[in-house]
Amino acid sequence: MTAAVGTLAIELAYWQQTALRTVGVLVAVLIPAGTLVYVFLFKMMSFMQSRLGPMEAGPYGSMQLLAEVGKWIQKEDIIPWRADHRLFALAPYVVVTSVFLILLAVPFGPDAWFADLDVGIFWVLAVSSISVLGILIAGWASANKYSLLGGLRAAGQLIAYELPMVLAVVGVVIQAGTLNLQGIVAAQHSGEIFGFGGIGNPFILTQIIGFFIFLVATQAELTQAPFDMPIAESELVSGYMTEYSGMRFLLFFIAEFASAGAFAAVAATLFLGGWALPGVDLDADYMNVVGPLVLLTKMMLVAFLVFWARFTYPRFREDQLQQLAWKILIPLSLVNILATMALKVMF
Amino acid sequence: MTVTERQQRAYVDAQAADARVNVELETDEGMTLNIGPQHPATHGTLRVVAKLDGEQVVWADVVPGYMHRGYEKLAEVRTFPQVTTLVNRIDWLGSFANEVPFILAAEQLMEVEAPARARHIRTILFEMARVANIVLFLGDLGAQLGAVTPVFYAFRDREHVLDQIEAVTGGRFHPNFDRIGGLKDDLPKGWIADTKAVMERIRAFCHQVEELLFGNEIFEARTRGVGVVPAEVGLSYGLSGASIRGSGVDWDLRRDGGVTGLAHGDVDWKVWTHPDGDSFARCWVRLQETREATKIVDQLCDGLPGGPIMAKVPRIIKVPEGEAYVETENPLGAMGYYVVSRGDLGPFRVKIRSASFSNVSILPWLLRGVYMPDIITILASMYFILGDIDR
Amino acid sequence: MVKFPAPKTPGLVKGLGVTLKTMMKTTFPSRGMKTLIPAPSIGAATVQYPHEKEMPAPRSRGVIALKEENCTVCMLCARSCPDWCIYIEGHKDTAPPRRPGGKPRQVNKLDRFDIDYALCMYCGICVEVCPFDALFWSPEYEYSELRLADLLHDKERLGEWMQTVPDFEAYEAGSEQKVRKVPR
Repeated sequence: MTAAVGTLAIELAYWQQTALRTVGVLVAVLIPAGTLVYVFLFKMMSFMQSRLGPMEAGPYGSMQLLAEVGKWIQKEDIIPWRADHRLFALAPYVVVTSVFLILLAVPFGPDAWFADLDVGIFWVLAVSSISVLGILIAGWASANKYSLLGGLRAAGQLIAYELPMVLAVVGVVIQAGTLNLQGIVAAQHSGEIFGFGGIGNPFILTQIIGFFIFLVATQAELTQAPFDMPIAESELVSGYMTEYSGMRFLLFFIAEFASAGAFAAVAATLFLGGWALPGVDLDADYMNVVGPLVLLTKMMLVAFLVFWARFTYPRFREDQLQQLAWKILIPLSLVNILATMALKVMF
Repeated sequence: MTVTERQQRAYVDAQAADARVNVELETDEGMTLNIGPQHPATHGTLRVVAKLDGEQVVWADVVPGYMHRGYEKLAEVRTFPQVTTLVNRIDWLGSFANEVPFILAAEQLMEVEAPARARHIRTILFEMARVANIVLFLGDLGAQLGAVTPVFYAFRDREHVLDQIEAVTGGRFHPNFDRIGGLKDDLPKGWIADTKAVMERIRAFCHQVEELLFGNEIFEARTRGVGVVPAEVGLSYGLSGASIRGSGVDWDLRRDGGVTGLAHGDVDWKVWTHPDGDSFARCWVRLQETREATKIVDQLCDGLPGGPIMAKVPRIIKVPEGEAYVETENPLGAMGYYVVSRGDLGPFRVKIRSASFSNVSILPWLLRGVYMPDIITILASMYFILGDIDR
Repeated sequence: MVKFPAPKTPGLVKGLGVTLKTMMKTTFPSRGMKTLIPAPSIGAATVQYPHEKEMPAPRSRGVIALKEENCTVCMLCARSCPDWCIYIEGHKDTAPPRRPGGKPRQVNKLDRFDIDYALCMYCGICVEVCPFDALFWSPEYEYSELRLADLLHDKERLGEWMQTVPDFEAYEAGSEQKVRKVPR
């Protein structure tokens, strides 16, 4: 961040940098959330269902999200009488915090990042588990048996799918040789495929199994169909979110789509080459502006796959979910790691 | 800091609630979950009280009656045409099919037979009601299991069936078209060609649902082996329709019921059964029945005889004294009306045997030991309409 | 020679194909020269009410229209309504004789004919039962009101609906029904 500011030849005090960072992370969270909600939830889902989606608010319904945000903000804050008031209020913030923390480590350009962590991807995976806490708190504090069931299911599911996610990423890390996300982007940009360096070496080509496992695990981490047992709208009404209304529900909603954006951004960084474009200089200054746009595009591609599966499939039962994670995905990812190690040594 | 009375009450309440849940969780019976009258999964206001041990059901009971509208009492003080109107609303998705057994019972008492053209058109509308009903079921099945898209395809294609019903009868959901002695009116010009095109669309929809839902491995994992109903148990509980044909019982009132007022005997069609008896079997049977119904409609449209639409009946109909019971194969199962007449303008007593009431009676037996998500799968595959259960 | 079974597309992939195909059909519905122009408003199955409106079928039971001149206050409709939502009041009057030198006739004059659409079940028994062709169905459906009391349509309003009543359609081949005429 200091380097980026340095290029603009302005001296900013630390508090000014912090303010800029705060605004930046808010933008980085809300813009993908809003775009994903509009393009995929409102429009893509509607087109897949032979209908047009919201059309009245703004041209082609583009202001619908703003209208919905306005609607939720002005709603009455209802907390069930028997709910644990403090924990009930805390839960949405915990879930939203984890999204912010994920995006901290993701680089948007050569100098446009919030924190260049040496343990980049490790930080991302560790911090994504905080949302599990938030969901469990929401489920238990709601004083509602449906929410309780939803929260417990979420706990089991989210913890189970952390493992395949981590193991899928290990293959990428072996190939890149570093945990640092900026380093992973650089490794993909400057890598070569059997001597051909035209498009660099996006890890999706060699780590296709890892990409697939990462996508499935992401789907589960976001509690989206076919892994939406915790929400299971036709059974648990809204699962752990049942008792939430107004601004608190809005936070959950934003967190859901912002996490989708965050995980998609991480997947784009790990597998599709991140903010870099093949052939374009890694250190160029203009990449600080173009990089975020490139990352946004790649993120939309990954999110398209995620949401496409969401709108097509029915949901798994909890035990089938767990079987899929423990008996199929984890062995598969271990095989992937072995293969990557062997091939890395060979080539 | 002083503690207000409100805070005291809140504290005591929370402790009491905790204690209640703890007692529930620690006793053998388990946590009582009220899948209450207001719930997205129960097609209407059905209440299922389940005692859960973790996610497994220990004991379940069905509490119907939240939508009881007093049809049998209403029928005592209405005339026959008025009862026909009311009866449309029992199984509100299989609209025309509700009127048919009632009118046939009245015709039996009057000893009048509808002309051939009326019989054929009655059967066409009967089968179209089946198509409209089951198409919605297929979409709803996806929704219960978490797939959000099939519902929209179902409504999109069902709309055309409803448009055709509206073109003939004037009402999409409540046709009120059957009359003692025939039908209210004849078909408008161009209806037959349009209907055949619509049936083609429904067949395309069935193919789409098969690819989207039935061939899906997740769907198969959710429904195969879930809620197995052995044939004897099903028959002893009085299951009918696709719910019992999914257990391998080859029984269909259209073929075996001896109903002369409908034209099923004049066309070539097949009864579908499935030996497994699980949720997948029941849903699969319904899918095939929809396809078969479209074929029946096509054949009847091709071979529609000319002639009058109404037999010679007096203007003001007084049904002679007697009792008659007619049961037909409605979309939900076997629906029957026991009509007692004392020679008045209206029936003296009408007893309605609705399919869903008996279909739902097996749920306490069926829901023991299943996981909670399977409750929803079983409810979805049994397919009841609340208006049919509660009347 | 070992025969391998033909590889089947797994159901999961076929399902994805169905949704993608529907999305493509909705977004690019045109054929021929305009294939690649996105036109979802044409491709979608829905109609954007109130900007576009669909015409219901001519027989559609939207609202009941009254031809006052034909009504003889026989009360058959009010009696046959399952909901008793038709309110009729009339009085007896004398009319001049049909032929000169005859005796004056006693006729019924209609004072009040209200249909309460808050109660009406749209069953059509009243229209069917009327022996004098005074009631007709019209497919008009846009008459929602802000107040429940405004759903009681009086004689004048019911007479206005007569303009929206379509002519009776011709019947399919093989029918022996005669097409009735709407008195205008």
